[in-house]
Amino acid sequence: MPARIGVVTFPGTLDDRDAARAVGAAGGEAVGLWHGDADLHGVDAVVLPGGFSYGDYLRAGAISRFAPIMDSVVDAANGGMPVLGICNGFQVLTEVHLLPGSMIKNDHLHFVCRDQVLRVENAHTAWTGAFALEQEITIPLKNQDGQYVADEHTLDELEAEGRVAFRYVGHNPNGSRRDIAGVTNKRGNVVGLMPHPEHAVEPGYGPDSAEYGRRGTDGLGVFASVLDSLLANA
Amino acid sequence: MPTIVVDVMPKPEILDPQGKAVGAALPRLGFEGFAQVRQGKRFELTVHGEVTDEVLEQARKAAQTLLSNPVIEDVVSVHVEDA
Repeated sequence: MPARIGVVTFPGTLDDRDAARAVGAAGGEAVGLWHGDADLHGVDAVVLPGGFSYGDYLRAGAISRFAPIMDSVVDAANGGMPVLGICNGFQVLTEVHLLPGSMIKNDHLHFVCRDQVLRVENAHTAWTGAFALEQEITIPLKNQDGQYVADEHTLDELEAEGRVAFRYVGHNPNGSRRDIAGVTNKRGNVVGLMPHPEHAVEPGYGPDSAEYGRRGTDGLGVFASVLDSLLANA
Repeated sequence: MPTIVVDVMPKPEILDPQGKAVGAALPRLGFEGFAQVRQGKRFELTVHGEVTDEVLEQARKAAQTLLSNPVIEDVVSVHVEDA
């Protein structure tokens, strides 16, 4: 039986369908979860997808953090369940304090949408195990409030503990501190990242590569990682 | 009706991209003499009846939990304004 990966929909979520498709492309079974329902329906892992939940009013992710499902997600994450936050989902994970730091408006103040090169800085999390350490991957990035910030002490701690999961390579697209694109918690089961692996899982629809247009499927590794991780811990 | 006003500002050590943009626009429009702009948020919580200690305490708690994110923002004031 394939692993069941929950994909949460908040009001204003945009990328839940793509995230569910990515789970399927990696060989998992996607289970739609609703923000107002505290029941995780027996899933093995949870993805908080991107979008503009509650219109990003107040702060990105700030209102979603209080959705009924988030209490269940926090309990499950503290119990070791793999949880991934992509873009707005990453913002929700920081607002609910599962991950440190926060996101503010891009330093250049513009919405940015580009194919972004990242370096995998920790290949031992539940969501990065299928990558090689320091592997460079290309996946789409699209955000308005993507500038990762935290105080210097927190940043030093993240670096020292190997908790920077992904770093921007070549170009820092939003002014994030120390080029951080994604971080993990101490246990490695909770990961958040600003760029979108779920948009790079099918040939024909992903980022351009040198050889072919739209062929990039580097994002698939994120979803393959969690399936491997669940199997290893079964 | 009385109103509780909550003022939230970005922490001093956090760069404020919005404030920077506004600060850059001022001299372009001929407004001179300002060294820096920081942009925050003002919330007006209107109260039914009078502002009791309990209501004020609720507002303080809301300011810390929902209205601000302590990682990037400070609640600089929670005060009552009579309409």
